[in-house]
Amino acid sequence: MSAIFKRELCSYFTSPVGYAVLAVFMFFSGIFFWVQCLYVGTSNMSSVFQSMFFIVLFVIPLITMKLFAEDKKQKTEQALLTAPVSIAGIVFSKFLSALVMFSLCLCSYIIEGIALSFMAHPDWSVIIGNVFGMALLGSAFCAVGVFISSLTESVIVAAIASFAVNALISLFDTIASTIPVDFIKNFISSLSFQTRYGHFALGLFSLADVVYFISIAFIFLFLTERVIERKRWA
Amino acid sequence: MIKVKNLTKTYVKNKALDDISFSLNEGDILGFLGPNGAGKSTTMNILTGYLSADSGTVEIDGRDIFEDPAGAKKKIGYLPEIPPLYNDMTVEGYLEFMFKLKKIKLPMKEHISAVCDTVRITDVKGRIIKHLSKGYRQRVGLAQALLGDPPVLILDEPTVGLDPQQIIEIRKLIRSLGKKHTVILSSHLLSEVQAVCDKIIIINKGRIITSGLTDQLTSTGKSTNRIELVIEGRMPSVYSMLKRIDGITNVSERGECEKGCYSYIAESSKDVRRLIFRTFAKTDYNILLMKPVSVSLEDIYLDIISGKSEGENNNVSDI
Repeated sequence: MSAIFKRELCSYFTSPVGYAVLAVFMFFSGIFFWVQCLYVGTSNMSSVFQSMFFIVLFVIPLITMKLFAEDKKQKTEQALLTAPVSIAGIVFSKFLSALVMFSLCLCSYIIEGIALSFMAHPDWSVIIGNVFGMALLGSAFCAVGVFISSLTESVIVAAIASFAVNALISLFDTIASTIPVDFIKNFISSLSFQTRYGHFALGLFSLADVVYFISIAFIFLFLTERVIERKRWA
Repeated sequence: MIKVKNLTKTYVKNKALDDISFSLNEGDILGFLGPNGAGKSTTMNILTGYLSADSGTVEIDGRDIFEDPAGAKKKIGYLPEIPPLYNDMTVEGYLEFMFKLKKIKLPMKEHISAVCDTVRITDVKGRIIKHLSKGYRQRVGLAQALLGDPPVLILDEPTVGLDPQQIIEIRKLIRSLGKKHTVILSSHLLSEVQAVCDKIIIINKGRIITSGLTDQLTSTGKSTNRIELVIEGRMPSVYSMLKRIDGITNVSERGECEKGCYSYIAESSKDVRRLIFRTFAKTDYNILLMKPVSVSLEDIYLDIISGKSEGENNNVSDI
C-alpha cells in the first residue's frame, strides 16, 4: 500500500503535472493575498480562502485525473490488481497521494501567514481553521476525482468530468434557491460544497461540516472500490 | 501446484470460457495454444486474480484465488500480454516498486540485481522505461514477474516483439525456470510451445479441445506417412505410377517446380520409400527429391482448429 502511495506521489514530480499544479495554486493564492490582504491592508485572510474555492475546483481534477485512468491506459492496472493488495488499499493509497499533493499547495497559506506576521498580528486560529477546512474540501474533491478517474481510460475526460461533477455539487445551493419548498431547499443546499466550505471561510468550525466532507470522501472512495471490483466480474 | 476446475466465464453475452479444467505439478511447463480470442488471456487473467469467474475454482499451491486472493497472488509471477510498465520510472525504480508492492521479504538490492542478471537488463537499469525498445520492455516485464521467486509463473505471449536471438534466449530461460517453477505460457507460435513446453492445452472458443504431453500430441499425427517427391518426367504417367505403388493411399500433385519436373505429396500407411525408389529406377523418370514430411504440432493444431470450427460453423454464423 505504501508502495503505491509513494509511487503516485513521486510521479507528480517526474512529470510536469505536480509543478504546474503547485505553480497555478500558488500564483492565484499569491494574487488574492496581495489584492485582498496586502493592498487592502487587513490581516484577515478569510476572503483569500473564499476566493480560492474556484481555483481549488479547477486544480484538483488535474491532480486526480491520472490516478486510475492512466493505469488503465498503460495496462499497469493489471500489475496492481494481481499484486497481494486489496482493492480498497489501492484506492485509498491513490486517494491519499492526491490529498498529500493538494496539501503541499496549502503550504502557501502558511507562507502568507508568516509574511503577514512581519507586518501585523494575523489570527492563526482562523488561518489554521481555514487550511483545515480547505483540506477537508480537498479530500471530498479528490474522492470525486478518484471515482471519476476509475470510470474512464482517458485522463482528459476524467479531468473534465471531475470538474463538472465537483462544480455541480458546489452549485447545489444556487440550484436550491429556485426550489419553493423549504425543507427540500434546505436539504439540497446543505449538500452543497460551497455552503459547507463557506462556514469555514467565515471562521465557523462545526462538526457537522467535518462529518459532511469526510462522509462524501468515504462514499466516493467506496464507490470507486465497487467500480473496480465490478469490472472484474464484467 | 495448480488445480483448475470447471472454470466458466461469460462476458456480456458471449461465453469466453466454458468448463475449463486442468492441473499441473511442480516443475511442469504448460503451453496454452489457441487462435485469437480463444480465451487464453482470459484464463490467465482469472488464474492471476485479475478477473473473476462465473463458476469454478482455481487453486494455486493449495490457496484458492477466490477465497484467499492475497495468499494465492503471492505465489504467482504474472507477465500480461502488454507488460504493465510505468513509463515515467527508471527500470530499477520500477522493479523496486514492484518488489514492495508484492511484499517480498528478501534483501531488495541483491534480489533485484540477480533478477536483472537473469533476464539481462543490468545495463539498462538506470534508463527510463519510456525510452526502452520493445524487447527490453518485454524483459523488464519478465523481470517483474520473476521478483520474489514465485513458485508459479504465468506468461502471456512472452516472446512477442523480441528478435530471433532474444527469443532463443528467453526460451532457454523459461526452460531453465521450469526446473524450479511451474510455468504456464501462452503463445500463437506453435514451434515455441513445441520447443519449450512439456504439456499442451489447445483451446478454441473457450473450450479445451485437446490436451496432453507434447510428445504424445506430436506422435499421434504420425499414423500416416507423408513423403514429398520431385520427379522428372511427364506428370500424368508419374502420377499413375505412384498411385499404383502398394501402400500408397493418396497422391497429390503440387505443380511443376523445375522445367519438366513435378512435385508430389504421397501419403501411405507404411514406409514406402524403397518401393518408390525401385519402381522409378526401372524407368526413365528420375527421382530428384524424396523426403518424409514430418508432422509438426502446427499441422495437428490447424487440423483440430479447422475441424472443430467447421463442425461448429453450422450453427455459428457470426464469425
